[in-house]
Amino acid sequence: MHKDMRMTKKITSAQVKLLEKLCNASAVTGDEGEVRRIVLDEVRGYFRSHKVNGEVTVDPLGNVLVTRPGIAAGKRLRVMIAAHMDEIGFMITNDDGKGFYRFENVGGIDVRQLPGKPVLIGKDKIPGVIGAKPIHLTKREELNTIISQETLRIDIGPGGSGVKVGDRAAFATKFFRQGNVLRAKSLDNRLGVSILIELLKGDYPGIDLLAAFTVQEEVGGRGAVAAAFTFDPDLAFALDSTPAYDMPFAEQEDDPQVENIYYNTRLGAGPAIYITDAGTLSDPRLVRFLAETAEANHIPFQFRQPGGGGTDAGAIHRQKTGIPTVSVSVPSRYQHSAASIGRVSDWQNTFALLDAALNRITPDLLNIERD
Amino acid sequence: MTELLPFLKKLISAPGLSGYEAPIRSLIKEEWEPLTDELSTSRLGSLHALHKGTGKEPKNSILLAAHMDAIGLMVTRVVQGFLYVTSIGGVDPRVLPGQLVTVHGREDLPGLVVPTPPKLLPAKYQSSPIPMEHILVDTGLLPEEVSQLVRTGDLVSFAQEPIETAGDTLSGHSLDNRASVAALTICLQELQYRPHLWDVWAVATVQEEVTLGGAHTSGFQLKPTIAVAIDVTFGSSPGSPEHRTFPLGEGLALGWGPNIHPKLHASFKDLAQKLEIPYQLEVMPANSGTDAVALQVAAGGAPAMVISIPLRYMHTPVEMVSLKDVTRTGRLLAEFITRLDDDFVKKLAWEETE
Repeated sequence: MHKDMRMTKKITSAQVKLLEKLCNASAVTGDEGEVRRIVLDEVRGYFRSHKVNGEVTVDPLGNVLVTRPGIAAGKRLRVMIAAHMDEIGFMITNDDGKGFYRFENVGGIDVRQLPGKPVLIGKDKIPGVIGAKPIHLTKREELNTIISQETLRIDIGPGGSGVKVGDRAAFATKFFRQGNVLRAKSLDNRLGVSILIELLKGDYPGIDLLAAFTVQEEVGGRGAVAAAFTFDPDLAFALDSTPAYDMPFAEQEDDPQVENIYYNTRLGAGPAIYITDAGTLSDPRLVRFLAETAEANHIPFQFRQPGGGGTDAGAIHRQKTGIPTVSVSVPSRYQHSAASIGRVSDWQNTFALLDAALNRITPDLLNIERD
Repeated sequence: MTELLPFLKKLISAPGLSGYEAPIRSLIKEEWEPLTDELSTSRLGSLHALHKGTGKEPKNSILLAAHMDAIGLMVTRVVQGFLYVTSIGGVDPRVLPGQLVTVHGREDLPGLVVPTPPKLLPAKYQSSPIPMEHILVDTGLLPEEVSQLVRTGDLVSFAQEPIETAGDTLSGHSLDNRASVAALTICLQELQYRPHLWDVWAVATVQEEVTLGGAHTSGFQLKPTIAVAIDVTFGSSPGSPEHRTFPLGEGLALGWGPNIHPKLHASFKDLAQKLEIPYQLEVMPANSGTDAVALQVAAGGAPAMVISIPLRYMHTPVEMVSLKDVTRTGRLLAEFITRLDDDFVKKLAWEETE
């Protein structure tokens, strides 16, 4: 397929279905099995039916490592792309015997996002809810304090059973798509996972594509450490989802019209290229390369506002003797909560950008001296 | 009604915010039509359904009121495609972030309630609850699309899907008070096969969460001999005071206090005991916080009673109720009605007047 045709390719209904399946799966950090299974089935199924000469393995941490070699003769660039499979969620820490369970958060969750949410617990997906005291029984001064983690319980109903201490729980929000709008839990990072699966279905003769579907990103990129060591690539892309705070700015309460300067990224503006975050100073050659690729192919893109946050890139760039790395993310709003909102167009354009990049990339890129 | 569980799920999935009850009213109407003899809608929108008794005229009547309105949100302004909201009824803003909603604009739009991200908020909100004025609804649509479809005053309903939880319980929004509407429906079903002398007014009232306007006006219009409000009460749950809450699945609560006629209370209690329907006493020292407040004083006053179904996490989108308790409530009401005779009114006389 000519690369220009690839660029105009719309997201197919099969891709939306796969994203739905990925988002509705529970894969709280350390318990990524359900997403791992979907990835393995999808990639192995494609490789088998299309007779692709690729290698699919699961490493000791649970990372899915897929190698799809190119067909060009000579030395091919080894390009790693990492997309984490895990999501934020909860672990059950105490059973009071009456159907109420204490829990702790896995990954960064604002406790203010918890009251009044349905969750699914364990492999059997036992439904439960995180309740809150009725407002009628709440004193006025209590309304000024956050409902603390210590007071919250997951409630599976009176006399319920089947939940054990140590079980993971995930938000129960179901995937929803209408037109260009995506609303689901775990868009961070099932958007990235779905794109990486699609990239494995592409033909990139000049490179060896090394796809790492990583575990434990939400607690510090642990899967990526091992995956980057194993792959030992020439360069790497971390494919993730980053927050869009493109909302009305409330910091100046007396002047709400003041410009929001902390938007991080904006929905609809395309893939977000990282220059720096809390864990990585992206390789400037790769940043320029991605921006040039987007421009050359008329793909909208944005630079993520430099600042905090992190991706698997933080772990990858420090492996072995150093791996030139850059992150590129699909923007989405309200990550690390019960539901996030994204746009189909950003998902599609992030796929298009990486697809174009893999078509265009050559070893020459790394022959340029790093800034 | 075929089965309680699917029916209750259907009831809580229908919108019907206080003052805008039409969607839930039409659903209840459909259900009650074959179960009653006359149906009408009051000027404020309450549904009045009459199941005629077989007694001699002038007949006594019992009014059973279950409010059908639900709490929710209303759009106060649209800014950059985001909707600022206020609450309809008692909503704790601390349970709002992350809730799925439906925005009833020029068309129904799926939405998500979100706090303004801490990054965009003044320092004082970094470790405090996000107040209502910084809570938004995001439809995901572009600002120009939103401005075409949504305007100030549009309603926003909770849209979390019902969840079946253990122990024969259902969790979801608006179970306050659709659980009682379901109980009332069970009562009407039972009455199909049970003769009764008194007229029965089944009333799905409006605006209970805000002004009790439905109960005031239906009480006035129907002038019942006695009135019973069916509502939900606090289910025992972590963080709620034990002495004010009732375990789920272990029976209904019979109200006691100045809103309630003591002899009516005693009659229900005696009957529950006789039928071995589990119940607990719910003391309501001043205000029952139910339609009974209005029914008691309407049209010169009527002996009133409150029967409550325990419900956890009231006014959150994950309220939880026991189906058993709902069924018991419906059954107790039907049994009570079949026992009403001409002498019953005399039993309600205040002792001092005897």
